[in-house]
Amino acid sequence: MSYTFKWSVLWTGESGRWLLQGLLTTLELSALAWLLAVALGIVAGALRTVRFAPLRWAATSYVEFFRNVPLLVWMFFWYFGVPPLLPRAVQDWLFNHGAEFWAGMLALGVYHGARISEVIRSGIQSIPRTQFEASVAMGLTTFQAYRLIILPVALRLIVPPATNESLNLLKNSSVALTISVAELTFQTRQIETYTAKAIEALTAGTVIYLVLCLSIAMIMARVERRYAIPGLIARVGPAA
Amino acid sequence: MAAAPAIVFRDVNKWFGKLHVLRDINLAIGAGEVVVVCGPSGSGKSTLIRCVNGLERVQGGDIAVLGASVTARGVNLPALRTRVGMVFQSFNLFPHMTALQNIMLAPKKVRRLSHAEAEKAARALLARVGLVEKADNYPANLSGGQQQRVAIARALAMQPKIMLFDEPTSALDPEMINEVLDVMTTLAREGMTMMCVTHEMGFARRVAHRVVFMDEGQVIEEATPQAFFAAPKSERGKQFLSKILTH
Repeated sequence: MSYTFKWSVLWTGESGRWLLQGLLTTLELSALAWLLAVALGIVAGALRTVRFAPLRWAATSYVEFFRNVPLLVWMFFWYFGVPPLLPRAVQDWLFNHGAEFWAGMLALGVYHGARISEVIRSGIQSIPRTQFEASVAMGLTTFQAYRLIILPVALRLIVPPATNESLNLLKNSSVALTISVAELTFQTRQIETYTAKAIEALTAGTVIYLVLCLSIAMIMARVERRYAIPGLIARVGPAA
Repeated sequence: MAAAPAIVFRDVNKWFGKLHVLRDINLAIGAGEVVVVCGPSGSGKSTLIRCVNGLERVQGGDIAVLGASVTARGVNLPALRTRVGMVFQSFNLFPHMTALQNIMLAPKKVRRLSHAEAEKAARALLARVGLVEKADNYPANLSGGQQQRVAIARALAMQPKIMLFDEPTSALDPEMINEVLDVMTTLAREGMTMMCVTHEMGFARRVAHRVVFMDEGQVIEEATPQAFFAAPKSERGKQFLSKILTH
């Protein structure tokens, strides 16, 4: 084997700055997309369980349309497909203000929102219908019943699968490199291109993703414990 | 028994698909009256009580509660439900809230009481059902009887004019049934209008003004508990009583 490791490529020259910028872009892209995905997921997941059929159909259409097309295709769609449909001035403005970032954010958020909504729906459907009846029987509106009872309980139940989806979202943010968002994977490839040190660059990226994801998993585990509903099977640590 | 009707069923019919679950129900319940609805499983008694606060919609006839229609189109059900409390077989306390929070929720969110007012009222209600010291317990850490008493307190927190009880003791261990019935008896003695679906014939005998016996979606007979338990007029009433009173 003739490969000579040269780890110093990671902190000499521009590498360190590139990695840091990539990390920040990944975080920013993922955080915004996550907020969008959770908001869409809650709305669509809840609407799929209401009595009024047109709202259910609308939410189902959203879910089935967006989760059944590859994320990569959505990236291309929002970046190459949508802008030409917009007025010229808007296009110019977008491409001067990081259009690729916003396209990537939308693709990630809308795609994962469709997936998260199914997680939330399963949480809602695991709650006995009588909980909803008890809520409205005391004068709460349907909206209040969802906001105060159904969703707070459902969200507590779905922390483990929601953690999964959140980690997937963060890792999938790397797909945005295909529309030239300068996120973490994009930057590791740039280092590789400039230094020809593929293993070092990929190792740096791998370690950063791993640390990010493990941190999120740990935070979510704390959230899960903090908001656990007394009386359910204890999932972490001793019974409440 | 006051004269003004609190609940009036007029020619009420309801189907679940092809199943005709309520047939031509005509029934009036006076203000301050305590009515026990009994009958065999599947007789429609729970469905009947659930129509009063619009948890079930009817396909024919109408129901008026405190002078307002429940069954007309475009009825403001949340407003109506603030005047009608309901207690369920399965308690249905909200598992992520303490007993106190369960009771305070609707007064704060619907009646718009301040936190302090709602808490004061909630603690008074907990005292009334004998559970002051359980205010900060979550439902999972209460016995069935205690959960049901909290559920009654929660319904009372909206200061309803009518209370509906849908088999409130059916899910309880025998030794806990009385603590719930005692709360219900006190409530009845205080003049609350009550409609109770229950198999507790002792409660019916002692507390009810009237017993309504249902079978196959129909009201078969209505009578004072004394008359009904001594000598039911219908054959089905006799059969029903012979089945439940022998054990």
